[in-house]
Amino acid sequence: MEEKNKYILSILVDNEPGVLARVAGLFSGRGYNIESLCVAETTDPLVSRITMVTIGDTAIVEQIKKQLFKLINVIKVYDLTGTEYVQRELILIKVNAKPDHRAEILRIADIFRSKVVDVGPEHFTIEVTGSEEKLAAMLNLLKPIGIKEIARTGKIALARETK
Amino acid sequence: MKLTGAQILMEMLKQEGVDTIFGFPGGKVIDIYHELAKTDIKHILVRHEQGAIHAADGYARAGNRVGVCLVTSGPGATNTVTGIASAYMDSIPVVILTGQVPCHLIGNDAFQEVDIVGITRSCTKHNYLVKQTEDLARVVKEAFYLARSGRPGPVLIDIPQDVQQKEIVFKNPDNVNMRSYNPTYTPNMIQLKRAVQQLKKAKKPIIFSGGGVIRSNASEELTALAHTLHIPVTSSLMGLGSFPGTDPLWLGMLGMHGTYRANMSIHESDLIIAVGVRFDDRVTGKIDEFAPNAVIVHIDIDPTSIHKNIAVHTPVVGDCKITLGLLNTLIDQEDFTPVKENRKNWLEQIELWKQTSPFTYDQKNIIKPQYVIDKLYELTKGSAIITTEVGQNQMWAAQHYHFDHSGQFITSGGLGCMGFGLPAAIGAQVACPDRLVVDIAGDGSIQMNIQEIATAVQFNLPVKVVILNNQYLGMVRQWQELFYDKCYACTRMDHTPDFVKLAEAFGALGMKATQPEDVGPVLKEGLSSDKTVIMEFMVEQEESVYPMVPAGKAITEMLLA
Repeated sequence: MEEKNKYILSILVDNEPGVLARVAGLFSGRGYNIESLCVAETTDPLVSRITMVTIGDTAIVEQIKKQLFKLINVIKVYDLTGTEYVQRELILIKVNAKPDHRAEILRIADIFRSKVVDVGPEHFTIEVTGSEEKLAAMLNLLKPIGIKEIARTGKIALARETK
Repeated sequence: MKLTGAQILMEMLKQEGVDTIFGFPGGKVIDIYHELAKTDIKHILVRHEQGAIHAADGYARAGNRVGVCLVTSGPGATNTVTGIASAYMDSIPVVILTGQVPCHLIGNDAFQEVDIVGITRSCTKHNYLVKQTEDLARVVKEAFYLARSGRPGPVLIDIPQDVQQKEIVFKNPDNVNMRSYNPTYTPNMIQLKRAVQQLKKAKKPIIFSGGGVIRSNASEELTALAHTLHIPVTSSLMGLGSFPGTDPLWLGMLGMHGTYRANMSIHESDLIIAVGVRFDDRVTGKIDEFAPNAVIVHIDIDPTSIHKNIAVHTPVVGDCKITLGLLNTLIDQEDFTPVKENRKNWLEQIELWKQTSPFTYDQKNIIKPQYVIDKLYELTKGSAIITTEVGQNQMWAAQHYHFDHSGQFITSGGLGCMGFGLPAAIGAQVACPDRLVVDIAGDGSIQMNIQEIATAVQFNLPVKVVILNNQYLGMVRQWQELFYDKCYACTRMDHTPDFVKLAEAFGALGMKATQPEDVGPVLKEGLSSDKTVIMEFMVEQEESVYPMVPAGKAITEMLLA
């Protein structure tokens, strides 16, 4: 069996109701995996960009790309995997902040160049963006202190321009 | 010019050349029906919406144009889903018009409301909910374009009642402009030249044709290719008729119930030219053992068909007709004389295989179902349009009737949908009023849409239904016999209606044959009638379809009897 890998796809679609349902339905109907998904309008209000991380072997992912492109509302499918691209993810982390830990939390937040966006007597909510590795590292550091809850976006990505 | 949505719909249907609609009225399409009645468009009133969609499908296949079906919201719409799925699997161009509750009620669980766009998303090529009358003309134009272009398929348009009623200034959309949809018709020539070189090297080539050849009208090009290079041809169930069934190079159908020689030829071949096929599991059997020594050239208009089930060596994305035409031109420019001379051994080998299990049966004192179809073939001189239900009747029809022309064999191939044959025959008869249309049915499947006999009678459609009555759900019974210790769980149907009386009750002609010697006379009389006819044949109850490749086995592992 060929190894399964993560693939990151950037998909331009018509900005119309139901298009996300078509894309998501394609994945559920054909048994493909969605690891993360991000959708928003582009600078052209008629077009949205879906950034999706999927898992599969080469043949499956080839088929996924073709099936996506076959959807009438899909304009373009870019496979960023293995190319030069920048990617970001954003997490909001609500962390327990008892007096003993407040300074340490702020130090960690500073190291990761993140921002405290909400403060309370018992918690901080921190906004952090970055690569998957960076976010994992930060979560690891905060875990012992006590993470109350997190909300995270899927990955977004853009290809690098050739220099 | 100010028009209502319903009037705009009629205007657009006329522009698309629609002359027939199969449908069933209801509360949320009254406005459309009100306008329809004022046009010249013929409306065939079915008895169940599933009949409408299958009839539109049969009409599309026999008439080689887009079939149209019109139903109301809610149950009207959901009743078409099976037929839409069938058309989708078989790539048949149909446009389904459904009524919908008014926009302000959508989402409120209104009376007869259903999210049909949501329900059919995965079984249509595309679908639309039209929320503004202003969009309607463009959507209808796009829908017809989508249905018939590229890889054809069903397209559904859901039209809320207020959208039908609103009056606006009608603007004719001049052309379809869809930036995200551009089917590839012309193939990559580098790939095609590779195919030519592979054809030059091949000693044991075979052509495998499918429904795509029929959809793109490429029979002539396919036949020319086979004849020029002396290449034998096999087809999937959907491809029957794409190559003449009486041609000496014809091997018969491939796959689970294919001929011994077709399955052996594919297995032994060193080159497969696969055209308009999708390597369905019913054709390949066990994938790992499919055609182990063959280089595969796969021509198809849909890129997702390529490399989906089988890894191929030379993928060619393009329209079958255009691609085969170009391939034939390339071949004409090369010297193939030595190749053709080399073909003798291969064709001789195939001739030997031909002698194994050539669909034989022993016609003794109980009617054999195969005999009925052989007789039907003989009496119709192979010229009828044949539709089928699904199961043994379908396989015997595929094996024993020989199809010389595209569009002559109409069957629910991909979905395998019982109840398809009769309404499809009605559609085919409407498309081809001068042809003889015969539905080959089983006693089980005919009962799934038997109500459509009333439609045929009402519209003077002289379709002929041949029921092979074995008082079983025969194909499942056959599996139970072979793989489930002969435990015939719930497949016995020993009470079927009196089909003769039933036919008469509908106003059709009913006939029945119980003895082999009756088969010919019943067929002769039934086929020559100008009425809708049901002919029932009491056949050998436990007859099975052979050869048979058990599920999951290689296609060479055929059970021959």
